[in-house]
Amino acid sequence: MTKSRLIYTIAAYLLKARWRQTLVAAVGVTFGITMFITLLSFMSGLNDMLDGLILNRTPHIKLYNEIKASEIQPVDKSSDYQSGYNFIQSVKPSLSKLELHNSGAIMSALKSDSRVVGFAPKITAQVFYNVGAIDLTGVINGIDVEAENKLFFFKDYVTKGNYYDLKNIPNSIILGKGAADKMLANIGDVIQVTTARGDRMQLKVVGYFQSGLADLDKVQSYASIATTQKLLAKPNSYITDIQIKLKDIDMAPPVAREFARLFDADAEDIQTANSQFETGSSVRTTISYAVGVTLLIVAGFGIYNILNMMIYEKMDSIAILKATGFSGKDVKKIFVSIALSIGIFGGLLGLGFGFLLSATIDAIPFNTASLPTIKTYPINYNPQFYLVGIIFSLVTTYLAGLFPARKASKIDPVVIIRGK
Amino acid sequence: MSTTNILEARNIVKFFHDPVTMPVLKSINFSIQKGDFVSVTGKSGCGKSTLLYILSTMDTDYEGDLIIDGESMKNRKEVELARVRNEKIGFVFQFHYLLNEFSVLKNVMLPGLKMGKYSDKEVEHRAMEKLKILGIADEALKKPNQLSGGQKQRVAIARAMINDPIIIMGDEPTGNLDKKNSLIVFDVFKELAHNYQQSLLIVTHDPDFAKSTDRIIEMEDGRII
Ligand SMILES: Nc1ncnc2c1ncn2[C@@H]1O[C@H](COP(=O)(O)OP(=O)(O)O)[C@@H](O)[C@H]1O
Ligand SMILES: [Mg+2]
Repeated sequence: MTKSRLIYTIAAYLLKARWRQTLVAAVGVTFGITMFITLLSFMSGLNDMLDGLILNRTPHIKLYNEIKASEIQPVDKSSDYQSGYNFIQSVKPSLSKLELHNSGAIMSALKSDSRVVGFAPKITAQVFYNVGAIDLTGVINGIDVEAENKLFFFKDYVTKGNYYDLKNIPNSIILGKGAADKMLANIGDVIQVTTARGDRMQLKVVGYFQSGLADLDKVQSYASIATTQKLLAKPNSYITDIQIKLKDIDMAPPVAREFARLFDADAEDIQTANSQFETGSSVRTTISYAVGVTLLIVAGFGIYNILNMMIYEKMDSIAILKATGFSGKDVKKIFVSIALSIGIFGGLLGLGFGFLLSATIDAIPFNTASLPTIKTYPINYNPQFYLVGIIFSLVTTYLAGLFPARKASKIDPVVIIRGK
Repeated sequence: MSTTNILEARNIVKFFHDPVTMPVLKSINFSIQKGDFVSVTGKSGCGKSTLLYILSTMDTDYEGDLIIDGESMKNRKEVELARVRNEKIGFVFQFHYLLNEFSVLKNVMLPGLKMGKYSDKEVEHRAMEKLKILGIADEALKKPNQLSGGQKQRVAIARAMINDPIIIMGDEPTGNLDKKNSLIVFDVFKELAHNYQQSLLIVTHDPDFAKSTDRIIEMEDGRII
């Protein structure tokens, strides 16, 4: 028999002798791991869902032209005023265009850029929805229906009507659900919008759009690029934004800077635009880990207790093992293996129950008006959680077993034998 | 000094410090040769157990030197001493110290499995041989708590024999037994000494048994007289 097998045999016999308490200790670990897996899967599912809300709808880089005052003012160009620092107050932007200059050239450059997965041109138009005597402010996004669908899953968010009608039916509009509700506009109705410059246009409602962000849906609507250009009385080269998706989202900030320089436009990357969502995700993940670790520590104390009890009860056995030639190290190994087998058994069971509980939650219907694509509670079955779970259970049980095991290894057989 | 000494105590001195420092063993000198059958007698409290714990390497807190099988046991690591106990010394206590979770056979086998010199099968076979010598082979598969006191003590002797130690020590091994069982255990020791030339060092209060040994070491107040 190999050395370690002998150790395991002795450990197994000690476990059998106290199997009830051992089971209770293992159940503690199982409970801890079950909750850890479930919480992490659920929280992470929630994170993915909320991130998806944003990420699916947000380009990695947005190219646009911001209206802002020129950085170089006339006084800076005059040679008479170069010696001092010029303070100028109440600077106003000049009448500059929202239009992205040279959009055709930009788009053909993007097409051949290997870092770019795809791009979708867009026009944002400030409008008023005319409802009887009242005007509601709104924004019409003129989009390339196909590109928008490919990159941002446009179809998923069109809850009623066919998204493709936007392209097929001239002068059509897909209204945000909130805006449609306010206007009492049904599909097939014709609504009237007024542009910021006062031009009016009749548009046919072909669908509702629901992004999941209610505030957005009260304002936003979608039309084709051609319709929007017509609405704004602009030529068919007129584009205000280009939305870009990259192969690697982490590359967005440097690429955005590069594009800004290259195309002489403003470029905003997704990390800058949505930094608050990362914070939310990491807080939720931290909470899940904290709860899981707390439960495991409680389970660890259970194991610590049972081992202490076992050692107290088995003093005689430990003494005779040492008297017949088992070293302190051997005794320590025996008790550490007891702790670890509780950890492995309880941990694996916990992974199983964690999976079952996650699957149960995954099956619970979850319908909310703001999340049209979600039908049940979201669960992320990331194998990494299971790996971390089993490692956690092993580490906690090992630590919980280490101190009693050290105590057992230090037992002096003479003291025990004299005591008899 | 003979070269066949298997165990030698040189000037062993031991103090206990609780509650006050007092000498328990005062310069113990003696040696045991291979095949010796020695008994240790003396009044209760004169230091017999204390001496045996030192000789068995379990107690390392003493002055002087202890030579087992030609090697000094002073300043040895705990693991090394454990190996000496495992391979060279068999110990029988007043109490049997059998593990109730294991069968009689497994109890006897444990030190043999720990030694790792023989395969599992061989250790089992050897354990059965020892149990046969002690006349309890029929009880091999029982749990210790199903045996009588005398039988348990014979299992403990079999366990002490499993690795063919150079010496078996006993600290009042019949102290918990009735007259009849004591006699059986004494006969076992005599048989081991005479038929198997097993070296034995047995602490006893029984004058008849002591007389039947080759040598009697008598102690008084921490000294050999
Ligand atoms: N742990 C201890 N602390 C202090 N004194 C002890 C301790 N163990 C034994 N003694 C004392 O040492 C003396 C010898 O004890 P022991 O060796 O057990 O005697 P014996 O076995 O000959 O009856 C006794 O007086 C006893 O009270
Ligand atoms: Mg004694």
